[in-house]
Order: sequence, then C-alpha cells, then structure tokens
Amino acid sequence: MINPLVPRTGRLATVAAALAFGLQAAPATAQLEGEVFIHDPSTVTFSDGKWYTFGTRGGGLVSEDGWTWSSGPVRPGGGLAPDVIRIGDRYYVAYAVGGGGLGGGHASEVKVMWTKTLDPDSPDFEYHDVGVVASSDGVENNDAIDPAFLYAEGRLWLSYGTYFGTIRIVELDPKTGKRLAGNEPVDIAIDMEATALLYRDGWYYLLGTHGTCCDGPNSTYNIRVGRSRDVLGPYVDNMGIPLLRGGGKFVAGARGRMIGPGHFGLIDLGGGVEKFSMHYESDMDRGGRSVLAIEPLLWRDGWPVAGSNVAPGTYEIQSERSGNALQLKTDFVRIPFDVRRSFMAGPDDPVSPLPDQTLAENSAVWPKGNIRVDLSAYMVRPNQHWTVKPVPGAGGWFGAPYYSITIAGTERALAVTADGGEVETVPTFTGAESQLWRIDQLTDGTYRISPKAHSRRGDVALVAIGTSTPTLARFDPESDAGRWRFRTP
Amino acid sequence: MADQRKSAVRSLFAVACLGLGSVPAAGQDLPSTPPLSLFFQPATAGAIAPDEDGFLRRWLLLEPIVKPNRTNTVFTGTYVRRELNRDTFPGDFDSLPLPNDTVQAAQPLRWHALDSKLWDVKLFNFAQALGKPKYGVVFWAVTVIDSPREMRDVRLAVGSNSASRWWLNGEVVAELFDDRRMVMDDVLSDRLTLHEGRNVLRGAVINGPGLSDFCVRFLDEDGHPIRDIRIDVR
Repeated sequence: MINPLVPRTGRLATVAAALAFGLQAAPATAQLEGEVFIHDPSTVTFSDGKWYTFGTRGGGLVSEDGWTWSSGPVRPGGGLAPDVIRIGDRYYVAYAVGGGGLGGGHASEVKVMWTKTLDPDSPDFEYHDVGVVASSDGVENNDAIDPAFLYAEGRLWLSYGTYFGTIRIVELDPKTGKRLAGNEPVDIAIDMEATALLYRDGWYYLLGTHGTCCDGPNSTYNIRVGRSRDVLGPYVDNMGIPLLRGGGKFVAGARGRMIGPGHFGLIDLGGGVEKFSMHYESDMDRGGRSVLAIEPLLWRDGWPVAGSNVAPGTYEIQSERSGNALQLKTDFVRIPFDVRRSFMAGPDDPVSPLPDQTLAENSAVWPKGNIRVDLSAYMVRPNQHWTVKPVPGAGGWFGAPYYSITIAGTERALAVTADGGEVETVPTFTGAESQLWRIDQLTDGTYRISPKAHSRRGDVALVAIGTSTPTLARFDPESDAGRWRFRTP
Repeated sequence: MADQRKSAVRSLFAVACLGLGSVPAAGQDLPSTPPLSLFFQPATAGAIAPDEDGFLRRWLLLEPIVKPNRTNTVFTGTYVRRELNRDTFPGDFDSLPLPNDTVQAAQPLRWHALDSKLWDVKLFNFAQALGKPKYGVVFWAVTVIDSPREMRDVRLAVGSNSASRWWLNGEVVAELFDDRRMVMDDVLSDRLTLHEGRNVLRGAVINGPGLSDFCVRFLDEDGHPIRDIRIDVR
C-alpha cells in the first residue's frame, strides 16, 4: 500500500490524508451508497446475514445487500491492510503491524487471529490470537504487510509484501491458522502490493496492484494479474513475462470519476455472478477520497478482467439463447416500402435515406393497458428499444443499482405480473418493487436480469424458455437461456 | 426461403420466369405427390404416449378451410385473433369432433384421425395428399390429453408455420403471430394446469404461401418434456 518512491515526508503526509476517513453519508453517485470510506479493504466476507470488510487501522464496513454500507465492524489489532477468510466455523483475520514505510521502517509482522463470527453483537464474537505467521526484519528486501489468504485444494496459503522487494507466499495450517512447521517463504513477484490469490480451473492467480497509492486523484494504482499451475509459481502474465520480473496483465484501472483501483478481493456470489471488491484511491464525486467499490469480474480466455455495470442508456436487449430481441408483444408495424421498385431499380437509379420508424408510428397500435413482452427478430423498431437507468433511492445489490427498464421515449416499464410469474409492461413507471430490476454482469460478459420483487428467491431471473418466450424462472448458470446482451441500436 | 420472400419473388418474377427451370421437358414424368402415408397413418386403437421428446403425434385434423392470403406478413395479432377464434371454428367449439365427421364450410370438410409419423404435423402434406388447397388456408386440429394426475406449472410449447392459436380446455394458452417458421419450443404458454383425466387441446394454424406444419409438446417447470400422459382423439 505504500510506494517507496514517494519521499518519506510526503509519503507520511499522503498516508495521513488517506487515513483521515470520515463517516458522514456521501452524496449519491453511481457507485455504492452509505458510508463507503475505506482504504485497503479485506475480502468482503459473509457472516450472520451480513457482509463485512475491514480496512487499514481498526475499522470496517458492513452491509446487508452489498450496496448500502455503514461502519460498525470490530477488528482489534489495528495495523495495515487486513484480509479475512472463512474455513469451517472460523473466520481467520490476517493483518500487518509495522512496516509499510511508515516511520521509515520496513520491519513488519503479519499476525493472524480468528473468531467464530464477524458480528460484534453475536455471543460467539471473540477474537483469538494465533500469532505471527510472517515477518520482515527491516533490512531484507521484503516488507511483510498486505496479507492475503487463499484456501484451495485443502491447503491454506498467504501472500504478502509490497514494493519494497518481493511478494512472498507461505503456507499455513488451515486447522490453526499457524505457519506450517518448516515452511519457508517463496518469492513470487516484484513491483506489486495489495496482492490477492485465486484458484480456478487448475490455475493459481496472483493479483496485485501496480502504480502509486495514497495520492488521491493522482494515484496511478491499477490491478494486475499473473497465473501459474503451481501455487509457488512461477507466475507469468499474458505475454509470458514473469511477475518476478515485473509482469502483470491488466485487470482494472481508472474509469469515469473513479481513480486508482487497488486491493482486489473476489466475491463469488454463485449463480454465475462473480464480483470483486477494491478501493478506489479517489472518488471524484466524494471529494477525491478513498472508497470501497464493487464491480463485475469477467473471465476471458482464462484471465480475470474487470467488467462493467450497464451504463444508463437505450438498448436492444438481446437473448443469448435465440439472438431475438425483447419487445412489446404488439402488432408488427410495417415501414412503407415499395418492394417492386426495389427489385426492379437499376444500379444507377437515385437513392435517398429512409427515415427510421417513429415511436408515434409504432405505438399507434399499442393497447392502452398492460402489454406482455416476447422475443422476436431485432428490427430496430421503437417497441424493441429499452431505456435502462438507475432508480435513485431504490438501492442496489453488490455494486449495481436497481434499474428501471422502460420503452424508450415512454414511461412504459418492464414489470413482474401480478401473479409474480411472468413479465409484462405497465403503462407508467411508478417505482414499485415489481418494476425494479437487478442487472448483474456474468463472467462471460453477458448480463443476468433479476426482478427485485424476487430478491428473496435469489435464483429467479428473466429467462428465455423458448425461442420467442421470456419468463421469470430459476436461473441456470450453465445455460444461455438467462443471459442477455445490452446492444446499442 | 422465407414465405414472404417467396411471395414477393413470386409476385415480381412470375411472368418473367415462365417457361424457365422448373417445368419438366417434354416426355419427362411429373413428380408424384407424396402420399399421406409418408407422413401419417390412421390413428390406432387405444391411446398413445407422446414420443420420446414429448411431442404429441395423435390429432384430429380438419381438411383446410380456404382463406386466401398472398403473404404471411398480414398475420398480426389483431388479424389472427379476428380470424382464428371460437366463432370462426366450423362447428361447436366446445364439442369434440368425431373421426370422419364432416362440417359445412364453403365445401364440406372432413375430420381425419391421424398419427403423425414425424415429430411434427405436416399440414401442407396432409392437404396436398388429399388434393385439397395447400396455400391460403386455415387448419384446425384437436387432441385429447389424459393426465394421470393434476399437473401444475406445466407449459404448452408450440412451433407453427405460419401463425396459430391454441386453446387448452377452452382457454387460449398460446398465440404465434406474424410470418413464422416452425421450430420446436418457439412460443411457450404461461404456467398452466393439466387436470387429472381428460384435457382437450385445440389449435388453429393459418398460412398463406409456403409450407405449413406445427409441433406441440408439454414441458414441466424445469423444461423437461412431459411423457407420462396419454393422447387420443375420442
């Protein structure tokens, strides 16, 4: 988390600024809501009905839906950049004390403790100290901070380190959290900090942050990755450059009003939805302060890469099953056209543009009440164009706001039918729960569209059960039936 | 080639193409009409099960009603609902026709009790083999499903060429509009209930130019075909 290239005095100043987090509610933005100020967030972890993340110093954030966050979690020990993992009935917490260049030193210790719950109000809430599992002596080229757990294939690993030398990995005992006897650290990367480890399809992934931290909107933090078949490396990037020589495939960088992502943490929500937590060094809409963020994670050719929420706009909503477009099930309205003239025209006959079909022309045949939807060939027609936008104050779910989906140029809104089982449109958007939609990007880049009205039955989504028929049904992550693309007209 | 495109091309080039390509040379035999037996057999005694994919193969098919349409693009929802409904059914909509019954339309039309030899029901070939009009027609089809128990959250899955409407126990459950080709599981009904015992499924298919056929099966909540039902026409 600390860039050793920054002069010490300046570094301390920027760190102090970064640590001076307030707790007042932030202005509404396109990202998370509530108290989102944090630096070096730990992997977002579920415990007793809520989601927890801890940051540098002792604080943390908690949320019931991954969208609205508040302060409240308790983590003793202070120090830097913790991580959390659940194994069995224990939550192991690792954190660093010392190092990081703070006070000029790189002598540090990574400590581990465990508790049966992260909820400070639970009778089971009690931290038990495990002790030091890794350290740096202040002279060697390593700074033992920024620990990150990985539990894979029954073995528990911990990476740590920063720009001051190498990233290292050690093995812990998953039953106790202690370092395995005789285990020696292995160097696995340079030019990284805030690492994270993943395991997927036989590959180990080492993610970490490149660039400068703790400099507000001027922080160049960005997230990189390498992979290896062996947890101990060698980790290489997409160009075959070893991470021990500075390689790292790009995963996430600055975007829009959010600057300097770092401290990756996987959130596997099941059902084909994977997201990742991070902090942005600077949210330009929140005074340039460091904030928690959650965004979709995609997997392309075996590499993780940041996805994106659907940007507000007007789209064709295309079924991945059939390629057909979601549309109002209304009479097809023809564009006046003389087919005979087209066929008989000569190559040199003059041509002129045809106008698009207007909303007025298309809507002239719409019934006045609720109208069902179906799927049909996309014809660039007004009954096939949907305006998608976040609904202020409606909340959200894991980094994505609840959206309204309306026919462009109208208030006619996609909604759950009164019996809860089908989809239709209602003439006017009212903000009712039945008209709010969760849109999560799936790991292949397509989207899952879920009704907020069924949020307590988490696996229900918009599904193409036929070539031309959408409904609300159980989402099957192995099928294209519940996958949708938002395509610009 | 899509029906509409066929129609357009036919309209444009009918005159220009006369005498070219498809007409057999002198002395060459005209191809014979494929017999009905290639596609159907008379319904056997006793109810049958759906095929291995759940498609319903036993039907009462009414000989086609002439309904001229030069193109299938006219088959909007409004048009199809107006032309295919209880009032346009030739006979008593709430009664089950008997095999070989005749009804009076512009011409007397007969109900045929048939088992399709294929997964779909080849209406075009049915009409052609009987020497009836093949284009610009309406077909009615009826079958009876005997369910061993009440089945909830079932869906009727239909494909048809071209547009069609379907009634289960007198209620409209599926509608397919516009210039359509037949594909399996094109349009699915809302969740419905098959009653224990007898359920009557009725459909009407309208077609202008081109082939005409349909396929129908029931799917359970997980999308699996329902096969533990019996089908008959009585």
